[in-house]
Amino acid sequence: MREVAIVGVGMTHFGELWNDSLRGMFAEAASGAMADAGVDHLDGLYVGNMAAGQFVGQEHLGPLMASQIGMAGIPATRVESACASGGAALRAAYIEVASGMSDLVMAAGVEKMNDGADVTQVLATAADQELEAYHGATFPALYALIARAHMATYGTTEEDLAWVSVKNHHHGAMNPKAQFRREVTVEQVLGSSKVAEPLRLLHCSPVSDGAAAVLLCPLDQAARYTKRPVKILGTGLATASLSLADRKSPAILDAVKDSAVHAYKMAGVGPGDIQVAEVHDCFAIAEICCIEALGLVEQGKGGAAARDGLTALGGKIPVNTSGGLKSKGHPVGATGIAQAIEIVEQLRGLSGDRQVQGAEIGLAQNMGGSGASSVVHIFGRV
Amino acid sequence: MPSPGYWRGIPSRLRLEAVRCSSCENVVYPSRRICPHCHGTKWEPAELSRTGEVVTSTVVHVAPDDFAMEAPYVLALIETPEGARLMLQVTDCELNEIGPGTAVNLEFRRIRAEGNSGILCYGFKAVPAG
Repeated sequence: MREVAIVGVGMTHFGELWNDSLRGMFAEAASGAMADAGVDHLDGLYVGNMAAGQFVGQEHLGPLMASQIGMAGIPATRVESACASGGAALRAAYIEVASGMSDLVMAAGVEKMNDGADVTQVLATAADQELEAYHGATFPALYALIARAHMATYGTTEEDLAWVSVKNHHHGAMNPKAQFRREVTVEQVLGSSKVAEPLRLLHCSPVSDGAAAVLLCPLDQAARYTKRPVKILGTGLATASLSLADRKSPAILDAVKDSAVHAYKMAGVGPGDIQVAEVHDCFAIAEICCIEALGLVEQGKGGAAARDGLTALGGKIPVNTSGGLKSKGHPVGATGIAQAIEIVEQLRGLSGDRQVQGAEIGLAQNMGGSGASSVVHIFGRV
Repeated sequence: MPSPGYWRGIPSRLRLEAVRCSSCENVVYPSRRICPHCHGTKWEPAELSRTGEVVTSTVVHVAPDDFAMEAPYVLALIETPEGARLMLQVTDCELNEIGPGTAVNLEFRRIRAEGNSGILCYGFKAVPAG
């Protein structure tokens, strides 16, 4: 397999973008990535998207999006893995370039959630319809069940959960692309309205619109496009049962662990080598479970990590310097690509106030459903 | 849910029919073609007890449209004595009295009226035992 680099990135603001359409947001992000790399052609396109068919009634995004950027004719496919669609699109693009099949491939992600659909119901289609949604399960409810199990098993507290939100809002306040550029306090989180106990509104990522895109090419061609390529060192994708009832322990996200094991092995690095990580904090408990599954902290110690400053900027392993899904926003199909962009910018040294000094190796982990899909990518400065 | 889908779910949803794998003896609910534990394909019928224990639970405050009138309600992962796990609502209870280990009975109930046409969907809910 060929070594692969990311040579261009582009993304929209994340937020309630009432004036922007699904296709318009994609075009903005995609043209941004192409301008960043100075390219005027593509050999292929993967569009990560969870549910445009339900959110705005539009399927068949591959050719639609290719034509929106003047690339009608190229191979273009939509990739769907619920909220891990972006990460899965990146992995598909990586495999296409690494295999030698294509040279310049875009991995993008886009979601338009604020166009009037019943968002709770649409998102719940990523859960098991027959066994979970039928009985009134929502995504916050599934993660609440995970949270209660984690609290019962490891003694994690509601305040621990709150600190994840406080930390990520602190980071997001410094991110010009973030949906919520403001700090929150532990008191505000614990005083916000209940969604699914123990999760409150400020433990939950918002409903967002947005798009993000990255360009991949063989590492030995990267100098044509950029002075600062970032190499993809490893990729891993793993799955678990869709339904929580079918898992050994609802407190442990096996797919996250398995995807990380694959990515670490391929990259030839371990959790101790990761200097900055973007982790799928769709709900505060998810960040706690994911940093444990990724090996960034010991199993059961994730609850204390944000509270103790371990995962904050300046801590031992800064997690979600972008603000995470919580503060930056979570347009579900775009999230996996936006996470990759944050790590690429960190490794390029372009993260401004959020820069992790000297970062050379970073990780992005993107998750779908209640942890049924997980994609991990590990990136290295060249 | 289209009505064929609703009819297909009757054995598992309305009668709690599960299956026991002939090779590894694990009880799987609802039935499926291939055993998730040993990949076996031979099954015997198994009916679940109408009792169970809460593994983990939550109180849902923000509900999908079809359940909006029910909120807040308890949703829990329940394990039956046969080792099968089901996600069910817990009802006829104080919201805060449900937690890991709570013993429950499973009762046949109306689950929701679906969509604009208001099709009644039935199934099981858990209620605290005793």
